[in-house]
Amino acid sequence: MTTQTVPADVVAELDDLTVRFPTPAGLVRAVDGVSLRVRRGETLGLVGESGSGKSTTGLALLRLVDPTSGRVRVTGQDVTQWSRRRLRGLRRRVAMVFQDPHASLDPRRTVAASIAEPLVVHRLTGAGAARRRRVEELLDMVGLRHDLADRHPHELSGGQRQRVGIARALAGEPDLIVLDEPIASLDLSVQAQIMNLLRGLQRELGLTYLFIAHDLAAVEHMSDRVAVMYLGRIVETGTPAQIWQTPAHPYTAALLSAIPVPDPQVERHRRRIILTGDIPSPVDPPAGCRFRTRCPQARPDCARTDPTLVEVGPGHRAACLYAGDAVREMLADASR
Amino acid sequence: MSDCPVLDIKGLTVTLGTRRGPARAVAGVDWSVRAGQTLALVGESGSGKSMSVLAATGLAPRSARVTGRVHLLGTELTGLPEDRRRRMRGRHVGFVFQDPTTSLNPVLTVGRQVSEAAEEHLGMTRRAARARAVELLDLVGIPSAARRIDSYPHQFSGGMRQRVVIAMALACEPDLLIADEPTTALDVTTQAQIVELVADLQRRLGTAVVWITHDLGVVAGTADEVAVMYGGRIVEQGPVDAVFAHPSHPYTSALLAARPDPAAGGADLITIRGAPPSPLDLPAGCAFWPRCPVRADARCEHEVPPLVPVSAGHHVRTFYRHQRPTGEDG
Repeated sequence: MTTQTVPADVVAELDDLTVRFPTPAGLVRAVDGVSLRVRRGETLGLVGESGSGKSTTGLALLRLVDPTSGRVRVTGQDVTQWSRRRLRGLRRRVAMVFQDPHASLDPRRTVAASIAEPLVVHRLTGAGAARRRRVEELLDMVGLRHDLADRHPHELSGGQRQRVGIARALAGEPDLIVLDEPIASLDLSVQAQIMNLLRGLQRELGLTYLFIAHDLAAVEHMSDRVAVMYLGRIVETGTPAQIWQTPAHPYTAALLSAIPVPDPQVERHRRRIILTGDIPSPVDPPAGCRFRTRCPQARPDCARTDPTLVEVGPGHRAACLYAGDAVREMLADASR
Repeated sequence: MSDCPVLDIKGLTVTLGTRRGPARAVAGVDWSVRAGQTLALVGESGSGKSMSVLAATGLAPRSARVTGRVHLLGTELTGLPEDRRRRMRGRHVGFVFQDPTTSLNPVLTVGRQVSEAAEEHLGMTRRAARARAVELLDLVGIPSAARRIDSYPHQFSGGMRQRVVIAMALACEPDLLIADEPTTALDVTTQAQIVELVADLQRRLGTAVVWITHDLGVVAGTADEVAVMYGGRIVEQGPVDAVFAHPSHPYTSALLAARPDPAAGGADLITIRGAPPSPLDLPAGCAFWPRCPVRADARCEHEVPPLVPVSAGHHVRTFYRHQRPTGEDG
């Protein structure tokens, strides 16, 4: 592995990360050679469907899963081999917000107790009034009334619970917040509130986010840079505009094409790229390009060569032997 | 029968008995769907969209009190004894629910589950029903259906399981397909496959479809007619083009604006404050008033606004529509 100098503004970095889980069906290659950097103050969006490895990638940044190989660095420190005791400190620097705030909040604890947990664990405030003041400050930040502090999660709406989850993530003043599908289980009108809240907090506090979601429109809206994952790999990365307007990987193009647009006129005349079949098993991913079994543009050498990410534009990279061309032909076929 | 709606609902009201007292889940809902047409019921959680359909087809929970009139292919369902209603439903209505795993019996082969419906409702012999099951599994795009008919649900992916459920729903050659969030648990590329499949089946078989969803993109791609529900009532209803081009209820406009639009750049999203109400504590008057950015009339907080016409077949539940200049955003 080459040693590179990491720019000072990189908050977290994964270097050729692989994560494998033993299962009765065999060894699952959940993450298989992922490298990424999250820079201070930005939102990196990680998008993919189920089985893409996006959540495992996020968990690896907190060392909530153990890497099989590769490196995890947080604020310049290699944390790959850190002991359980040292990891407690890491979890102050990297916080996480989960999809289902109902499952991630202890039902027996009050809102105040849940939010205060990182303050207690990391000994960040004194007990009593000082802690209470900090909890109230955090409630203000996420737009919750102070009187909710003594409620229990079941007394809150889904949106309020997710605000509590965000307040708890903010409590330790982390360098990075990993947001794993933070809006997926919320009603549409509440999703918009949470996205605005997250963006507002980022502007105010200079937060750094890894935003993990299957919803490409939400990722596009939230992110400064986007990485698209498929079957344990990053297949394309670029700015939201690059990904949205000129996707270079056939999978990205298919994903974009599958998203229904809330406009009946557009939908009626739209020709979709419909992928056949399902995502293959991560126990036994296809040789060569992993997407080739579903790729409408697969060619014989796609089975032989495992494509790496190559530059297709400034800051825009795709892992496809025919990046760009394949997508142009797919779109031409779809409109025929 | 051609011009009679497949399912016609008038004044449907559903009150659920809960530990915390009665909850009015649906309050006076009217809609109908014709052969070959798709009606989309849109709404957030607690809007009554699923409950209205379950109650109409006699599948509401036991604690529910259901009033109103429901006609299935011209036959009044509400007055029928339970066994006749069940027969009507089994013979004419197919259901596809959100989570295919709950609709499938894990210990029966998929072939058995599909053929059972054909045996029971069409009176087919076991052998004929099995042949029919292969046809149906093939029709819904299960590769090598004849071979996979003896597989169990767990041997299929989520998308393939939902195809099996659709095959089951089609086994009785239904006049009406109820699709309750059928793609919500699926990945977007799989969703596209299922949406395409249902549209194709509908073209070929002339089935009427009621598609229940919270996803306005799915509505735009599937529906002929749309009914937007909030707090147990329809707040806007009409042909899909009219509703999307001229959303006339503040809630419909707000829902359309709440989705990030990649063409709109990175501005903050327009949000609706608060959260959808639970049927247990609905506000008096218009259920939307506490969240409404317009709230133009003092009556909003006390009286339920009427459904008034906007254009042909397009209705909105509001007091103030006619005082607003056209094109103004709710």
